[in-house]
Amino acid sequence: MNRTALHARHLALGAKMTDFHDWDMPLYYTSILEEHKAVRQAAGLFDISHMGQVLVTGPQAAQTLNAVMVSDITQVGEGRACYTLMLNEAGGILDDLIVYRIGEGDYLVIVNCSNRAGDVAWLEAHREGQTTITDISEGRSILALQGPLACRILEQSLDARVAGLGRFEMAPIRTMGPEACIARTGYTGGDGFEIFLQDRHAQRLWDLLLSGRTLQEGVQPVGLGARDTLRIEAGLRLYGADLDTTTSPFEAGLEWTVALNKGPFIGQEVLLRQKREGLSRVFIGFELSHGPVPRGGMELKTGAAEGEAAGRTVGVVTSGTFSPLLNKPLGLGYVEPSSSRPGTTVTITVRSQRYAGTVVKLPFWKPADRAKASVGAAPAALSSPQPGSRDVHPR
Amino acid sequence: MSIPADLLYTKTHEWVRRDAQEVIVGITSHAQEELRDVVFLELPKLGKTVRQGEPVAVIESVKAAFDIYAPVSGTVTRCNEGLTKSPQLVNQDCYGAGWLFALNPSAPEEWANLLSAEDYSKQVTTPHGK
Repeated sequence: MNRTALHARHLALGAKMTDFHDWDMPLYYTSILEEHKAVRQAAGLFDISHMGQVLVTGPQAAQTLNAVMVSDITQVGEGRACYTLMLNEAGGILDDLIVYRIGEGDYLVIVNCSNRAGDVAWLEAHREGQTTITDISEGRSILALQGPLACRILEQSLDARVAGLGRFEMAPIRTMGPEACIARTGYTGGDGFEIFLQDRHAQRLWDLLLSGRTLQEGVQPVGLGARDTLRIEAGLRLYGADLDTTTSPFEAGLEWTVALNKGPFIGQEVLLRQKREGLSRVFIGFELSHGPVPRGGMELKTGAAEGEAAGRTVGVVTSGTFSPLLNKPLGLGYVEPSSSRPGTTVTITVRSQRYAGTVVKLPFWKPADRAKASVGAAPAALSSPQPGSRDVHPR
Repeated sequence: MSIPADLLYTKTHEWVRRDAQEVIVGITSHAQEELRDVVFLELPKLGKTVRQGEPVAVIESVKAAFDIYAPVSGTVTRCNEGLTKSPQLVNQDCYGAGWLFALNPSAPEEWANLLSAEDYSKQVTTPHGK
């Protein structure tokens, strides 16, 4: 099994380890729910070095990326990043990834560990001109510090522009080895940073961030268990669970990533057809007021609670968890468009007992400052029950 | 790891406390540490007749669901209502406020199948137990 450069540190911290796509990774150090709360209230430190780091360089790097990604990569300015998708010819999602523009013709692409080899081969097969595709994952790590205190703690710990970074912006770090950089990105839905650097500097930074001073401020190491519950609360998709080659960006509610008219890209024709013909299923979030945890693979049916006749199957759960913040079970999944409207009742059956859930707008949770900002931006005439949370489902 | 000497145990990590009329059942400290983050329980219906070794309850943690087995045969007399609102009591106080249910036992000869604290302790400290 693969190990990150921080593996020994995880063991020393007493982490419960888990096999994640052939990587021996920390599932939790103390408790998933405690680590989840630490990220929402203070700051959590993640080792996400299992993720792949791929450099795409050369005068035609932007063209190469633009032809395989759904977003308009030419619009990504230097020092900025973009969440995007790579599709196959059938319009199915090969991977969801973040493209960072680190220089003029220099892009760093962060890919899911399970797709790393396939992504590199796909990019290699579709590279244009003098573009070079280099998998630089070996010998490099990625740390993420996420939570409301992350910015302040990194300002104190790093010689880098941290507080000045906007979301999806990145900057070099002078003191953390060659080609070290920091970006205001993450997978928790809240404020946070990801730091890309060489292994030995990652070890140094890990130790620094877990030293006495920052521990006092509330920095906790956080495993993949809480990483999953945090991203579900934020309505963020996970490749392999919520996204795969059978899902399209439109079905997945990710049409905001797609620049349909930017020029040709792989999967574009299928997307244009889907746009004309409509969708047979859409991605939704649902919550239960109480009950068991929805698990991937469970059927979603129409109808209300116990006692009523069994409903018709309208979809399937792809992810689920228990939210310690909202104190209720949450699920993500796909349903027929007719069952996707917020407020619709969907049921799951667990051990032959039915539990009713309600479709809700995603995300389930967002940070207070962003929630406030979008309330302010909502038209005053609209008295929507959840002002500001835009419905992104195509109709 | 705490394994109170006055309780009896099963190989499947339940503990049993014998009172005058009933037996009280919970899960051991070892089990709650392994499950971690209990968020939901499905307890048996009152009056249900259960057989020794049969699955009678379910505990769900964030990551997975686990069966709880009847340590002895009998009839369910009480369930811990407090767990509906506070499932984490199982993690916080597994031998006290986190008890699961009580049974009126029907087959006294089954006691012989249960483990003493000493025997259970040996089971969970062998590498295989974990």
